This record gives sequence, structure tokens and C-alpha cells, in this order.
Amino acid sequence: MKIEDKLFLDRFRVEEESHLKITDADKCKQCEDQPCLNLCPANVYRLEDGCIMVNYEGCLECGSCRIACPKLNIDWNYPRGGFGISHKFG
Amino acid sequence: MNETFDVAIVGAGPAGISAAITLANAGIKTVVVERGEYPGAKNMSGGVLYGHDLGQILPDFTKIPGFPIERNIIESRIWYLSKEAGISVGYRDSIFAGERKQNVFTVGRAKFDRWYADQARKKGALIVPATVVLDLIRENGRVTGVQTGRADGDIHAKVVLIADGVNSRLAVTAGFRPDVKPEHVALAVKEVIELAPEIIDQRFGVSDGNGVTTEILGAVAGGMDGVGVLYTNKASISLALGANLADFSKTKLKPYDLIETFKKHPMVAPLIAGGKSLEYTAHWLPEGGYDTMPKLYGDGYLIAGDSAMLFNAPHREGSNLAMLSGKMAADTIIEAMKTGDFSAKSLSAYNTKLSESKILQDMKKYRGFGGFLYDHKEIFETMPEIVQFGGRELLTVNAESKKTKQDKIIKKLRKDMGIPRFVRLMWSGFRAVK
Repeated sequence: MKIEDKLFLDRFRVEEESHLKITDADKCKQCEDQPCLNLCPANVYRLEDGCIMVNYEGCLECGSCRIACPKLNIDWNYPRGGFGISHKFG
Repeated sequence: MNETFDVAIVGAGPAGISAAITLANAGIKTVVVERGEYPGAKNMSGGVLYGHDLGQILPDFTKIPGFPIERNIIESRIWYLSKEAGISVGYRDSIFAGERKQNVFTVGRAKFDRWYADQARKKGALIVPATVVLDLIRENGRVTGVQTGRADGDIHAKVVLIADGVNSRLAVTAGFRPDVKPEHVALAVKEVIELAPEIIDQRFGVSDGNGVTTEILGAVAGGMDGVGVLYTNKASISLALGANLADFSKTKLKPYDLIETFKKHPMVAPLIAGGKSLEYTAHWLPEGGYDTMPKLYGDGYLIAGDSAMLFNAPHREGSNLAMLSGKMAADTIIEAMKTGDFSAKSLSAYNTKLSESKILQDMKKYRGFGGFLYDHKEIFETMPEIVQFGGRELLTVNAESKKTKQDKIIKKLRKDMGIPRFVRLMWSGFRAVK
């Protein structure tokens, strides 16, 4: 089962604006490991043309990207109240 | 909602709601602010709860309509897996189906927390969902309320209980604790897999609403410091897999790939066969232990549950510690209401309560456990392979004598690990839990 299919099972109320922001895109280019690309359980961070894109819509709100970013380059906020994922079973 | 309450609670999880029920019972004006669309919307755990501890807050919980129990647990299994094999040990006892029913039971946190919050509401607490707390309000260095994301959303209170979970932005923003370090949390992903109740009954040998839990150790997360669980619910299986976040960073393994591999393990696959995934979620476990706990009280505030890093990994206790700590925070507040003194000195009674209870006593007992696992990766890679080698040798009947087989196993242990290292591992493990 692919990650896209897993996320398709979940219920999201998507905000117009991302609650995850990369503070300085240049820092990501200098980052060798880019752990966000692998450890995010929702595959939010994807490399496109050498740039890290933030697909915040499927974020599971665990916070891992924020604290695992070697450069602490992710401005991580909770989505606005009532937005983001809503667990059905939990 | 520029209003004044006696107590403002941040987070409608087990800690916050337990506090709210206790406070509302005492007639104290309480508000609970929850960022999710409803209480439980952001919450996830493996799914076990403990009747004794819930009973401290809601004594007759089983008699309350809609009590959202999934299954009463009568057997706890522990597996130790290699990539292709595994050892299973289980303990089943009829007492858990009889007089000690609901000693342990499974729940889905979205369902349970919603019901639990309803009990607080019925007793008079105000639950405000879909509202993020952005910061604390302070006057003269003392916490006097919370600032929410709503327009005119300041809520003033005599005391604030921070119970917003392991990923507590508030405790960090307020400077009450540094942001979590990757090595101090496990990142867990979970799938809820639908199966007919009678199929679950057959596969686990249970009936009458009873069920089985399985804690899964060993090579479950690609050699990382990780653990899996497989719990029975009424009409689904909770399958979760977690590993230390710092290990995820180092190994570059992807959580969603790992859980797919896990589903195919020969011990796991037959139990979930034919099931349909219903939900996929992720959450941290606060594994840092006693030494990563922040100070739990100050002028006008208290911290409870996961926000306080309360978690007992070897006994899979977290939600119940959140409940008990929430109740102790509430009891402390009830006492402070009598004198009107909400200073750090007055609220330090909370720390005394925690220290005298199993919460801090267990946290201290296991303070070395997380570090022990993190520092001994052989538990997750080399040892499982040795166990698999040994199992295959002993259980394969061929021309070799048993002595030859035994010698081969010892040789394997010597070669892959070394006897002194094995002895040291056992000794360190014993010291970490003694």
C-alpha cells in the first residue's frame, strides 16, 4: 500500500495556507542529509528540481520534521483550530 | 470569548479531561481548549487503557452509557522477531475475564476521548474545540490565562493546566521546556485494519468481547531502536510501529515503508489477512524518560501527561499516567482554591503528589531504559539473527547431534557478538529496569 493510498484513508480539512514553512530555502540546498525527505510519515517533503516542496495537505501533525531538521529550518505551527487531520478512530 | 474562569486547561486528551472532570466535580469553573475539530481528533495511542486508573476519575465508568471499550484484554503477548521468524510468549488468565475485567482494555482514542470529554461536559466543564492556544497570558511573571487563535480569544484564569501533548508547542513557546530532541521521542505510525469480530475471535482464540495485545520487539524497524504493537479492537486490529526519531534521521528509512514490511512478517500477516485499512496516523511517544521531564509547575501553571513526558515504555503506560497526573493537578488546584494561592510554592504540592504515586516512582525506576535500548542496537539486529539461527538449528531435525547444534549456536554467538558483550548487554538491561 503506497503512502498516497494510506493518506487517502484519512479525513483532512485543508487550510488555504500551509502551517509548515521552510524558513530559508537556501539552507535546504546546503543540507546534505535532508532527513525530512525520508522520515516524514506523510511524505510531505518532496524534492522537485532540487528544491524541497512542502505538501502540507497530508501532514499528520507529528512534529518530526521540525525537530529532526539539522538546521532547524522549518517553521512549524499547528493548523488553525479545527483544520488539518481529524482522526476517526485514533 | 473574553471570559474569566477558575481553571483553563489546554488540550482535551486524557490528562486535560481527567483534570476537567475532577475540577467540575468540585464545582470549579473550568474551560478546556482543544485544537482538534472535536476532542480526540488529534489523539493517537497504541490503544490500551487501564481500568484502575480511569476508575480514579470516573469510578463507575463501565456503567456510563456509550463507554467506548473495544475489547477487554485477557492475554498479553510479547514477541521477539527476526526478519523472518519470531519467539512468542503470552500470559492469559481467566481472572481478567472475570473479577479483574477491564484491568486492561483497548480503545480508539478519537472515540474514547470524545466520550470522555462528554463526561466532563455533563459535569459542568466547558469544552471549546477547534481552537488553538497560541500563548499564555502573564501578569507580573505569573500565568493568568491563555491567548487563543480566535478573535477576542483571550481566556483569563486563576491557573492554567498545560496538557497539550508530547508535541507541546505551548510549553516550548512559554519557555517551560526546550523543544524535544529527536533521540527523546519515538515516531510511531499506526494503521487500523478492519476485520469482522468473529474472525478476530477465531484468530486470537477469544470470545465475549475479550481480546489480546501483542508487544513486538526485535528486528521490527530495520535495525532501529523500535517497537511494534498489534492490539485487538472490536472489529479491527491496531497495528503500530515506532522507532527512535534520531534513528530515523540516521537510517533514512521511511515510516510508511517499514509498516508495509511489518505487515508482511510471517507472524503478523496471517493475523491481519483479508483486513482493510481504515486509517493511517502518526504520533510521537515521549521516550526520553525521567531525565527529560520539565519542571511541572510554576506561578499560575501546571503541566500534565505527555506534555510532561510521562511515559512508562516497558509497561506501555502513557494515557493512564496522563489521566492520573491530570487528576493530581486538579486535586492540587482544588486545594489551592481554598487559600487563593496559585504561586509556584502552593502548586508544588502537585510534585509531591506525583512523587508519592507510582507515576514518578515508575519513571525513576525505568529512567535508564530508553537510553539502554538506544545504546544497544544489537537488540534490534544482531540478537534477532542469533535467535533465528538458534531456533532453526534446534527445531530442524537432521543428521546432526544436538551437541553439534548447541556448539554451532554458541559459535554463532561468539562470532557475531562475543560472550563478554552478550553478558554486558544482559547486565545493562537488568540495571536499566531493576
